[in-house]
Amino acid sequence: MRHLLDFQGWTKAQVENTLDTARVMAEVLERPVKKVPALQGFTVATVFFEPSTRTRISFELAARRMSADVVSFAAQASSLQKGESYKDTLLTLEAMGIDAYIIRADSAGVPHQATRWVKGVVVNGGDGRRAHPTQALLDAYTLLEALGTLEGRKIAIVGDILHSRVARSNVELLPLLGAEVWVAGPPTLLPQSLPGARLTPHLDEALAEADAVMVLRLQKERMEAGLIHLQDYIAHYQVTEARLKKAKPGAFLLHPGPMNRDIELEGTLADSERSLVNRQVRNGVAVRMAVLYHLLVGREG
Amino acid sequence: MLLIKNVTLVDASGKRGPADVLIGEGKILSLDGGEAETVIDGTGLFLAPGFLDLHAHLREPGQEVKEELATGLLAAVRGGYTDVVSMPNTTPPVDTPEAVRALKKKAHALSLARLHPAAALTQGQEGKALTEAGLLKEAGASLLTDDGHTNEDAGILAAGLLQASAFGLPVAVHAEDASLRRGGVMNDGPLADLLGLPGNPKEAEAARIARDLEVLRYAVRRSPTRPHLHIQHLSTKRGLELIREAKKAGLPVTAEATPHHLTLTEEALKSFDPILKVAPPLRTQEDLEALIEGLLDGTLDAIATDHAPHTQAEKEMDLLRAPFGIPSLEVAFPLLYTELHLKRGFPLKRLVELFTDGPRSILGLKPIHLEEGAEASLVLLDPKERPVEPRNFASKARFSPWAGWVLGGWPVLTLVEGQVVHQALE
Repeated sequence: MRHLLDFQGWTKAQVENTLDTARVMAEVLERPVKKVPALQGFTVATVFFEPSTRTRISFELAARRMSADVVSFAAQASSLQKGESYKDTLLTLEAMGIDAYIIRADSAGVPHQATRWVKGVVVNGGDGRRAHPTQALLDAYTLLEALGTLEGRKIAIVGDILHSRVARSNVELLPLLGAEVWVAGPPTLLPQSLPGARLTPHLDEALAEADAVMVLRLQKERMEAGLIHLQDYIAHYQVTEARLKKAKPGAFLLHPGPMNRDIELEGTLADSERSLVNRQVRNGVAVRMAVLYHLLVGREG
Repeated sequence: MLLIKNVTLVDASGKRGPADVLIGEGKILSLDGGEAETVIDGTGLFLAPGFLDLHAHLREPGQEVKEELATGLLAAVRGGYTDVVSMPNTTPPVDTPEAVRALKKKAHALSLARLHPAAALTQGQEGKALTEAGLLKEAGASLLTDDGHTNEDAGILAAGLLQASAFGLPVAVHAEDASLRRGGVMNDGPLADLLGLPGNPKEAEAARIARDLEVLRYAVRRSPTRPHLHIQHLSTKRGLELIREAKKAGLPVTAEATPHHLTLTEEALKSFDPILKVAPPLRTQEDLEALIEGLLDGTLDAIATDHAPHTQAEKEMDLLRAPFGIPSLEVAFPLLYTELHLKRGFPLKRLVELFTDGPRSILGLKPIHLEEGAEASLVLLDPKERPVEPRNFASKARFSPWAGWVLGGWPVLTLVEGQVVHQALE
């Protein structure tokens, strides 16, 4: 594995190996001194063409916990059209001796394109609708923590599947660990197909006997585009305590954040003991440490 | 006087020869040799009528950073084209007789391929008010089109067909329903879902063709003269079926297909390379096979490049922002000679026809047959194979989805009315 772009071509062993390393990193984060010298001398750049404070902080913390130097570049893709291009931006950073680039963009494929321009390691920090692989890895990590195993477990992903890179990456990753993945959402927000997932417009079907439910953020743009009516969405797709009765008792809840309380998720559920949301955020740092470590040092992975 | 000795002749009527072709006074003087100052050994080479491209974006005026007449028409003659139809979606759009005349004058002075400017169907290509079809025709416009835009107003299209028919001008359409296409950047379907790219459904093309054929039916019923609808860059099997039915019913419709839709599919988008972003998008193998069938059975009348140059920087944006278009003037014939004729046994005679008499007849030009007295607008083709090298393109767009493909059938000599406009003989 030279870059982390998506999970095409990944094996179960590669996933387990990465998650095993993440567990070691999680132990580091429990120590009073939360820092190891593993990436000393390496320089990591977060290159965000789309704003995202949470993901950027998580990556930067991950790099710093391993003693890497970290620089950040942020620009709106819209301003790129007028001035410097993606390629020029990356080549400028390359000239400064960057070893790894965490790239976030609003268009699918930008991290993929970047691998043609830079010699350093590219980590996809989320590209358009395409992929958000470290989010899926932290989701898998968190699910394994809660459930012990994903073998034969039913995971439901609910909401705007069509526009979701989180859904796509989880649909690629979780079946590698034996999970049965269902995606549910309004027909206007479902793709035609997603290899690895069962698709349904009926929330109850996805929730039935589910071990965990991942709720996605509903973007305002979808309503503005006329693709969905908010009240209809809330009535039929909001994950509520009542609807969760279809799922396994104690079924867990995940959300990639940021949450729209009382739109995609009944507000009180977010704070209930079912919720793994804070564990997701915490595990994100350990998982990203593991990814950077594997790509920069432990290339056997 | 120029003599091409021992050369095989290929035109729409077939392959013959070898012949010794004597050229002078802008004509073929003899197929049996004669005295000439310049003699070319044509052994192993093919001589064909010069190609006509119905669909090239030469970007003048106003977008010279992408292409200009000098580079676009040089690319054309290097590709074996003696005649080129330029699209009017320039800055400003070519929508006046003065603009058409200015282009023709400038192109004439370049002494490369002959330019047949297409003019806008509507003022400013805004789809609201018709341009002056008669005056545009007199200025030298070859056809009317709002290409670069879609014709959302069916009533204006109908009026345009009626108006153009009085002056014998075809109306060419970019047939996509913009409201169904929305922001699609690649073919809609499982692959677009997987890659997370917004899809442009094949139904957007079929729906618009179906509508436009009804608009044509209406225009035919209303017009004392015969309107002519030309469907540009067909990309789908369903669209092809609709045109096939319409032709069977006797509707005056013609259609073209592009080199990219005939050799590439959506699978290429897995590379996330915006060079492959084009409208209509690259489709599936099933569509590609249907298009080739359409070339054979006459549903498609011409191969047209839709040569659409952009700057390298524009094509290095992301897939949502990069502009649509693939440049192909310099590779179109070798590409299809190799991929269709050599690899799939597509008849050479028909292939040449799709580059010559097919497009010529759409513009109402006479066919060219390689015989004594014929106009010496010709191309000499070398079957020897070499790779596509975009860095050597004459076009300003020095990139290509076919970079590195090894092709035969390269034009090594192009003549316009007997004058050498391109020469790459060894």
